[in-house]
Amino acid sequence: MKLKNAWPKYYKKGVVTHYCPGCGHGIVHRIVAEVLEELDLGKRAIGVNPAGCAVLAYLYFDFDVIESAHGRGTAIATGIKRSRPDLFVFTYQGDGDLSAIGTAETIHSANRGENICVIFINNAVYGMTGGQLAPTTLIDMKTTTTPLGRDPKYDGYPLHITDVVAQFPGVVYAERVAVDGPAGIRKTKKAITNAFKTQVEGLGYSIIEVLSPCPTNWKLSPVDSFKWVTEVMMKEFPTGVLTDKRPGKE
Amino acid sequence: MSKIFISGNHAFAEAALRAGCQCYFGYPITPQNELGEYMADHMRKLDRVFIQSESETAAINMVIGSAATGARVMTSSSSPGVSLKQEGISFLAGFELPAVIVNVMRGGPGLGNIAPSQGDYFQATRGGGHGDYRTPVFAPASVQEIADLTYHAFDVADRYRTPVMMLSDGMMGQMKEPVVFPEPIGKLPDKEWALKGRGDGPSRYICSLILDVVEMERHNWKLVRKYDEIEKNEILYEEYMLDDAEIVVIAYGTTARIAKGAIKRVRKDGVRAGMLRPITLWPFPKKALADLCARIRQFVVFEMSTGQMLEDVQIALAGRADIVFHGRPGGVVPMPVEFARIIYREYQKMTKPQI
Ligand code: SF4
Repeated sequence: MKLKNAWPKYYKKGVVTHYCPGCGHGIVHRIVAEVLEELDLGKRAIGVNPAGCAVLAYLYFDFDVIESAHGRGTAIATGIKRSRPDLFVFTYQGDGDLSAIGTAETIHSANRGENICVIFINNAVYGMTGGQLAPTTLIDMKTTTTPLGRDPKYDGYPLHITDVVAQFPGVVYAERVAVDGPAGIRKTKKAITNAFKTQVEGLGYSIIEVLSPCPTNWKLSPVDSFKWVTEVMMKEFPTGVLTDKRPGKE
Repeated sequence: MSKIFISGNHAFAEAALRAGCQCYFGYPITPQNELGEYMADHMRKLDRVFIQSESETAAINMVIGSAATGARVMTSSSSPGVSLKQEGISFLAGFELPAVIVNVMRGGPGLGNIAPSQGDYFQATRGGGHGDYRTPVFAPASVQEIADLTYHAFDVADRYRTPVMMLSDGMMGQMKEPVVFPEPIGKLPDKEWALKGRGDGPSRYICSLILDVVEMERHNWKLVRKYDEIEKNEILYEEYMLDDAEIVVIAYGTTARIAKGAIKRVRKDGVRAGMLRPITLWPFPKKALADLCARIRQFVVFEMSTGQMLEDVQIALAGRADIVFHGRPGGVVPMPVEFARIIYREYQKMTKPQI
């Protein structure tokens, strides 16, 4: 009998991740490793992992990885890709990393149309630091720094940064997906595959925003967290392709 | 080899090209814009990389990415911009990645002004960013030295896998002098540690996060052992008219040039003055200074700051000799006659019997 889900080649064996039960990171990690294997990119891949819950991703991924200071992932990726265009380069970033402290790097790497991929995990909250307000926190959502809920008049509105960069001519592929169930996971894998191929074909920047559960900071059970992604988060952040400028796709 | 008449800012860039610098990332700031412009002119023609980044922060992080692949890489800026780079410099130190960072200093704090200053000595020699680390710092005092030391800085960075700082100022950056450049490098050093994709080998990672405190402490001491090696092997300084000197000036960079003029002047009046000019600010030539104490009672420290290198001189002399300090912060460039007057006055105090 053939195992339908063999262990991905570029995911370390025998390591237990530090992620909380029901966290979306593990799912996306696995998808990344699978797509790298399917597209035969793992041998020349360099991942840039963020400051945040995924800071230890290099302990799980079995390809070359460099850590980034908080928010600087796409600048580091720019340096790598420009120095070695033959390498496959992607960043893996959270919402605080990518759309708060790293906004400038995000916008400008996208505007330069760097030939890199960005995996953007949006869980509407700062995970590692214990559940503070993120740029993507929903209106009225309670966090440790918005104890009464996010008041847009006081705390601002949820930031749709993927929609912003999707407008740029240099951003070739942008899609928002959600790992909220088997169908969402399949779509996420498809989107990441499209993004990775965009770079392999030398077309330019791609970004995949993944709505991802954080049961710990949402104070929901894993099952309810997945539901919350579908029922609440997706209302603010609708999934779908935001731009596809690949030849023949426009 | 023919001489080229060239500005300091261009000389930094040309020397980097010859040292095999493959990538340059930078953001415009006065008084060092000519450096980035020279790179913009030459790098792409040579099939190398030039990017004008969106910020100093982005530039230093592009440097990190580039250095991680094993490329020789440079960024440059001036004081406020170098402050922004400090986070990245700390990461370079933690990652043990080589890179060359040029600071063409201007008056500060804050935006300050665009005139020459030496106010970033503390920042450059004390680490600058967070955490326990050091950065080798070279302080050229002529355009020729800018060329030679920049070329050398790439070797030091690679040899010790460390960021290296070139500490200069607006005057050194803007002035033109004839320079003989080092020959372009033949073969770049192999860097087996660089990230190249795992290929058929095991995967690797570069990280500075070490949650285990015992491991982190080990890493810190490992860095210290490296810094000890640098202190042992890389100290540079110039001795100027020290043989018969009775009063010794300590100054670096632009200030040292001015001090030379002052020493020539007072020598005509029979003042036996000399100078020890640190070329590496970290590691600081402490021992050379300490050795001088055996016969020199009076030192004069000149800086275009309120007294930063002064502290290193105090540490080196450890109270065994008198130090007079004269500083001109804020972008003021002193005249040789001003320094001459101070040397002369101190010499008179030393040699004339007190009433
Ligand atoms: S805090 Fe949230 S994002 Fe972080 S590991 Fe736990 S569930 Fe995942």
